[in-house]
Amino acid sequence: MPGLEDLYREIILDHYRSPRNRGELPVPPATRVEGFNPLCGDEIVLYVQVRDGVVEDLKIAGQGCSISQSSASMMSSAVKGKTLDEVQELTRAFKGMMSIHEQSLDGEGETAPIEVDPAVKLGDLEALRGVVKFPVRIKCATLSWNTLAQAIDEATGTD
Amino acid sequence: MTGHDPLDVAAIKKDFPILDREVRGGRLVYLDSANTSQKPRAVLEAMETYYERCNANVHRGTYQIAEEATNALEGARATVARFIGARSPKELVLTKNATEALNLVAKAWGRANLREGDAVVLTELEHHANIVPWHQLHDELGIELRWIPVTADGHVDLTDLDRLVDGAKVVSFAAMSNVLGTLLPVERLVGAAHDAGAIAVIDASQYVPHVGTDVQAWGADFVAFTGHKMLGPTGIGALWGTEAILDATPPFLTGGEMILNVTKEGFTVNELPWKFEAGTPPIAEAVGLGAAADYLTGLGMEAVREHEVSLTAYALRTLTDRFGDDLRIHGPSEPAERGGVLSFEYRDLHPHDLTQVFDQHGVCVRAGHHCAKPLMRVLGAAATARASLYVYNDEADVDALADAIGEAADFFAL
Repeated sequence: MPGLEDLYREIILDHYRSPRNRGELPVPPATRVEGFNPLCGDEIVLYVQVRDGVVEDLKIAGQGCSISQSSASMMSSAVKGKTLDEVQELTRAFKGMMSIHEQSLDGEGETAPIEVDPAVKLGDLEALRGVVKFPVRIKCATLSWNTLAQAIDEATGTD
Repeated sequence: MTGHDPLDVAAIKKDFPILDREVRGGRLVYLDSANTSQKPRAVLEAMETYYERCNANVHRGTYQIAEEATNALEGARATVARFIGARSPKELVLTKNATEALNLVAKAWGRANLREGDAVVLTELEHHANIVPWHQLHDELGIELRWIPVTADGHVDLTDLDRLVDGAKVVSFAAMSNVLGTLLPVERLVGAAHDAGAIAVIDASQYVPHVGTDVQAWGADFVAFTGHKMLGPTGIGALWGTEAILDATPPFLTGGEMILNVTKEGFTVNELPWKFEAGTPPIAEAVGLGAAADYLTGLGMEAVREHEVSLTAYALRTLTDRFGDDLRIHGPSEPAERGGVLSFEYRDLHPHDLTQVFDQHGVCVRAGHHCAKPLMRVLGAAATARASLYVYNDEADVDALADAIGEAADFFAL
C-alpha cells in the first residue's frame, strides 16, 4: 500500500510552502491563461512571456493543493529560459511519468506508454513520480502543464 | 418524552454490510453520506429478490411475473410517495436522480412557460444541478436569474426577498444546503413565491434523507430528490409535483411508455405519472428505493433527525474544543438550524491534502467545491473538506475524524 511519504516528498512540500515564480506579468506582452481542475476546484493562472522561441518569463497565480501548487512551482523553475522545443520535450517527459497505462478495449494488454527521450532530465520534478500511485491526484500534478501548453499555443498563435 | 425510541446505532451499523470491511488496515469510517449514502442489507436484498423472482418489463406483459414486476414498481412508487407525504402516487415521477428531476422542471415546464425577460430566483447556496439548467434557459430564452444572498454564517439573507421575488415566475431553492447543512425557511420562501405569482421548486436532495418530509405542508409546486442519498441505490430519483402543474407540463423525454397512442401524424401522452417516464424505467432501483423508504420509516424520521442533531452538536463541540480557531467550520453554529453536514478548513492546508491523510486512516470525507461554486465564492474558499453524518455514524466516527485532522496537522507540521 502506498504511503503518504510516496506522495508528499520533502521537495514537494518545500515548493508548496515556498512557491517559486508567484505573481503576475503585464498582458501584453505576456499571455494569461487560466486552468481549472473541476474535481477539486484548483485554479491556476499562468502568465507566460515568449520571445524568439524562448520562454523568457513565467509567473503563477491562483490556488490549489500541495500537489498542483508544487508541480506548478517546479514547472516554472524548469521551463524558464528554455526554448519552446525544450519545453515540449520536458512536457512530454513529465506527462510520460504521469501516465497510467489504460487497458485497451480488446482486453489484450495495455496501450503503449508515451515514448520519452531518456536524455530529457526532469530533475526536481522526479519527486512527483509517486503521484501515479494516487490516481485521483494525477490531474492535480498535470494541471499546470496542460495550462502551460495552452498558454504557449496562444502566445505563439498556433491554436 | 418524545414518544419514540432513539436510534440504536450499534444495531444499525450491522445492517450495512460495507461497514464490516477494512480499508487501509482499519475499520471504514464513512463520513460522506451527503455525497452518497451506504445501503442497508434490506435494500440490497429487495433488489436481488426482484431480479431473482419477478424480473420482467412493466406495464406490458400479460403473464404472472410481469404483473408482479409492475406491482413491485408501482408499490415502490406508492411507498416513496407516502414517505414524503404526497397526496397520490400519481404525483410522483420517477427519474434517474434529482438532477434529471430539476432538468425536467427547467426544460419541460420552463421552456413551455417562460419567455424572454422572465425572472427565476435562486439562492447563492444552490447545487449546480439547480443552477446550470436555468443558465441554459437564460442562454436559450433570455430569462433573468436573480440570487438570494447568503450571509457569512451560512443562512439565506431574506432582507430583500420581496424585491427579489417581485414579478418572478420561479423561485427554486434547496431545502438543505449540501455544503453548509443550513436548513432553509421553506414555508417562508414558498409563501413569498406564491404571493408573487411564481411557482416554488424545492431541491430536497439533502433534506428528504434526513428530516421527515411533508410536501403537502410545504405547499410547493415541485420537489426534487434522489434515492442514493437516502440509503437507496444509484440511478433512481423522483420529482414530486402537484397534479395541476404536472398536467400543465409537457413531457420531457419521449418515446415508449409515456404515450397513450402514436400514429404517423402524432402522439397523445399517457396519464400521470407515466407521461414523464419514457422507456423502460429503473425497476430494480425503484424497488430498492421503496425498501430504503421502508427502512427509514422503521427507524422513524423523528429519531433520525434527533440522532443527527445530537451527533452534529457533538461534532461541533469536539472539533472546536480540540482545534479552536485552527479549524474553520462553515455554516450555522446552532445544530438545530442545520443538518449533519460539516464543511471545514484547517488553517491554510488545502482540503485535498487534508482528506488524503484522512484516507490513510480509513476516514472517507469529500474535498472540493461540492458542486456549489457560487457558494464557495461567497465563503471565500476555493474548496472545503466536508464530513457528513447519517444514521450509521456515531461519536466514535466523529472522534476518528478529529484524530485524522490531528494526524494531518502533524504530517504537514502545521
